[in-house]
Formats: sequence, structure tokens, C-alpha cells
Amino acid sequence: MLRRRVIPCLDVANGRVVKGTRFVDLVDEGDPPELAERYAAEGADELVFLDISAAPEGRGTLLDIVERTARRAFIPLTVGGGVRSVDDMRDVLRAGADKVSLNTAAVADPGLIAACAARFGRQAVVVAIDARGRGDGSGWEVVVKGGRESTALDVVGWAVRSVELGAGELLVTSIDRDGTRSGYDTDLLRAITGRVEVPVIASGGAAGPADFVAAIRDGGADAVLAASIFHRRIHSIAAVKRAMSEAGLAVRLVPEVAA
Amino acid sequence: MTGAVAPAGAPASRPRAAVVDYGAGNLVSIDQALTRVGADVSIARDPAGLEGADLLIVPGVGAAAPAMERLASAGLVEPIRAWIATGRPFLGICLGLQLLFEGSDEDGARTLGVIAGRTRRLVDAPTLPHIGWNQVERVRDHALFAGIEPDADFYFVHSYAGVPAGPDAETVTLARTGHGAPFVSAVARANVLGVQFHPERSAADGLRLLGNVVELVRSGALTTSPGALTADSSVAAEPGLTVPA
Repeated sequence: MLRRRVIPCLDVANGRVVKGTRFVDLVDEGDPPELAERYAAEGADELVFLDISAAPEGRGTLLDIVERTARRAFIPLTVGGGVRSVDDMRDVLRAGADKVSLNTAAVADPGLIAACAARFGRQAVVVAIDARGRGDGSGWEVVVKGGRESTALDVVGWAVRSVELGAGELLVTSIDRDGTRSGYDTDLLRAITGRVEVPVIASGGAAGPADFVAAIRDGGADAVLAASIFHRRIHSIAAVKRAMSEAGLAVRLVPEVAA
Repeated sequence: MTGAVAPAGAPASRPRAAVVDYGAGNLVSIDQALTRVGADVSIARDPAGLEGADLLIVPGVGAAAPAMERLASAGLVEPIRAWIATGRPFLGICLGLQLLFEGSDEDGARTLGVIAGRTRRLVDAPTLPHIGWNQVERVRDHALFAGIEPDADFYFVHSYAGVPAGPDAETVTLARTGHGAPFVSAVARANVLGVQFHPERSAADGLRLLGNVVELVRSGALTTSPGALTADSSVAAEPGLTVPA
């Protein structure tokens, strides 16, 4: 039976893992490959790197980090942030990533999803969708540039379109919940998972093991992503997976390692 | 090339693995994983890249037709078939396993035809692509899985899988995995090994499996005489065998 995945997300800026909210109050958290190796040993099922500097001059640094990580952590690695072309994606895959996540660039040019899927296969294309609830309760709209810019796109419609274009997986972040530790938005997740057959990764709002269980059981998510609760060691990956297992969810359990 | 001549079936203590690069995905992980478990890795982009290798690995993700086109333009299709037909150790990973079959339903591509059967879309899968860790349930013993718990989890990322056909369908099948209807997740026949999952991305068990491959190569156990392949030689001998579904 396919296991539900637990995925730590590492925000990377200028070659270092940072914490804090995504764009302000950044605090240095360490060397990406080192953290990646630690998470892999603790039972992380995959890793996501989000390049939040994403400045053109930072690309070389990022590719170097991707390669150093791929050589230390033998679990799948998804890299997002600043991928704007098929050539960008090729470079990131060549450096050792298994998947690339497209966000702002895909909204600006949906054809990028199709072009990347045609070249590398849809299984390598993750479309990341940042969702913000409309004030009137009529669903969610897509926001880009880390939540700073609104679009007219409806989240569910964009999710369906992304999959039609070639997304092999969706990474759905609730901007309303991100960093609040108030739990994943299971209504948002359910609205999407009910409409697509590709796996959906839940993101934004995790506080504890019960939230991971709810994202899967109530939201229909295939995988759960979190950053700060792992970085700050509020919960270990092993503890989260144990709780998920006790709740009856199929997870990959690995032997406990000394911290 | 080292130039060292090892006795037949007994390569040097660090076997040389040639990994075919045809532009389909991440080679860093497989390079690192193989190096970790005791192989010397070289990347093969043309027929000369196979010279002196003890083990040939075709990795890859994505669709069959573009993969076959890139293998063809690199002049690698016949050398790969000849490598297998002459009983030398071969490992196909993910798409590299699918290419061993006669053709793919994904895009109608005609593939290598080393194993009878076709690559077909997963049946009744609750999600597609099938992405993540899943149990690999062995149906018979093989040294490929030595030291690995039964039903261990490995990492998958695919929507299609090879479906062996003909009289040897059961004997080539080494393991199955359930995602909807069970599919064949590992095959073995003489010198040919194939896994639908990604051992290079499957943490400790994946490294153990690759280590077993290296050990099989080192011991000579994966090197067979061409005669050992006569059972399916009709398939291997006739490139045009593929029948569109």
C-alpha cells in the first residue's frame, strides 16, 4: 500500500537554510545538505528545497547545494523557486533534483507546465499553488510571489488546468494558514483532491501530528509538508509518523536514530 | 578504462558501472549511490562509453518514445541489446526497466524487446502518477534482495509498468507492488535485472539493493553465457515484433 509521505520543506536563501516567515525575519538555520541528511535519517520521505532568494546571481549557489544534497541524502528532492524555463528545469534536474516545482512562472505562462512535462515527464513537474480565501467565502484565489500578489485565478480551476497541462503533483499552500500553526486548510484540500487524480501535498499551518492526520483523512492529501515545526524540533519526523501510524494511516517507519 | 583484464565472470574488486545518460533525469543520485556501495561509475553517452564496463545500467524517468529516440540518436540501441544478448550484467531502473519490454502503451513506442510483454498504464490506481514509498512484495527469492526485509518500502514515481507476457511471464517476475491492481515491480532473468522503483532514492534499503547488484557483478553470478538466453531469443532477435495495442 502506498505510504502517506511526510516532507520537510527547507527554505534556502543565499546558500543557507533560513527560518522565520518566508520573506521576513530570516534566521540562519544551517547548511542545507547537513539538514537534509539529518531529516533523511529521521525518516523524511522526501525533501523540498524552496529557493527564496531566487535571484539570477544565486542560481550557481543553488545548483551547488542541490548537488551536495543529492550526494548525501538518498531520498527524493524537489526544488522550487525561480524556475522559469525548460532550461532552468534541466539545470536543476542535472544537479540532482528529482522534481521541480513551478509556481509564479507557471501562472504567468501556463505553457511552461506543458513544455516541462513534455521534456522531462509529468512525474517531474510539481505545480505549487498558493491559495488565499476570498473574503466572501466563495472559495480561494491563486496568489503569487510568495503571497504578495493577487491573481484573478480560481484555485480549484487552476489546479484542474495545471493537471491537464501536465502537472504530476500539486503542492497546495494555504497562505492564510502559513506560519500560523492553526492546522492545514482541509476544506481547501478537499476541494482540490476531489477534482484531480494526481497526488496533492498539503502545506501551510501544521502545528502537530493531529494536523497531519487531518490533512490526509479529511483533506484527502497524499502527502504533508511542514517547515518550522521540524526545524525548531517541536516535533520530530519520527514522532509525527508514529502518530499517523497510530491513527491508522500507512506510513514508512524507519528505525529511530540517536539525535 | 583501467585496462586490467579480469578472469571471465570475475570483474575487479570495484566493478565499473556504465550508466547510460540519455537526458532523462537525475544521474547525480545514481552516481553517488553506486559509488557508495562499491562501484566505479562512468557515464555512457555513446557506444564507446560501454567499453570496459562490468555492469550496464539504464536509468531514467519519463516517456518511452523520446527515450528510445535519444538512445537511437546516441547509437546505443543495438549496443544495449547486444550487451544483454551476450550475457553481461544489466540493470534497468524505472523507465530503464520498461524499455526492456516490447513496446509501451504510453506513446506506442517500440522498445528493446528483451522481455516479452508490454508497458501498460497502472490499472485501478487511486492516484496517478504513483508517487511515493510502497511495499515491494517478493514472489521468489533472489540475491538482489539479500538482507532486505520482505515487503520493504521503496520509492516509486511512474504511471506505467511493464506487464510480462508469454510462457516466461511468471519466471521473470521477481516482485509485485499494489497501487490499484498489483503490478510487477522487479524482474530478473539470468543477467538481466529490472526494478520499477528508484533504489538510488530509497534510503538504506535502496543502497543495500544496489550493493547486492554490485556484489552479484563482482562474484560473476550475473554474467551468463549467451546460450542461457535462448528461451526468449525469439523476442530479442526480432525488432519488429511489437504489436500496437
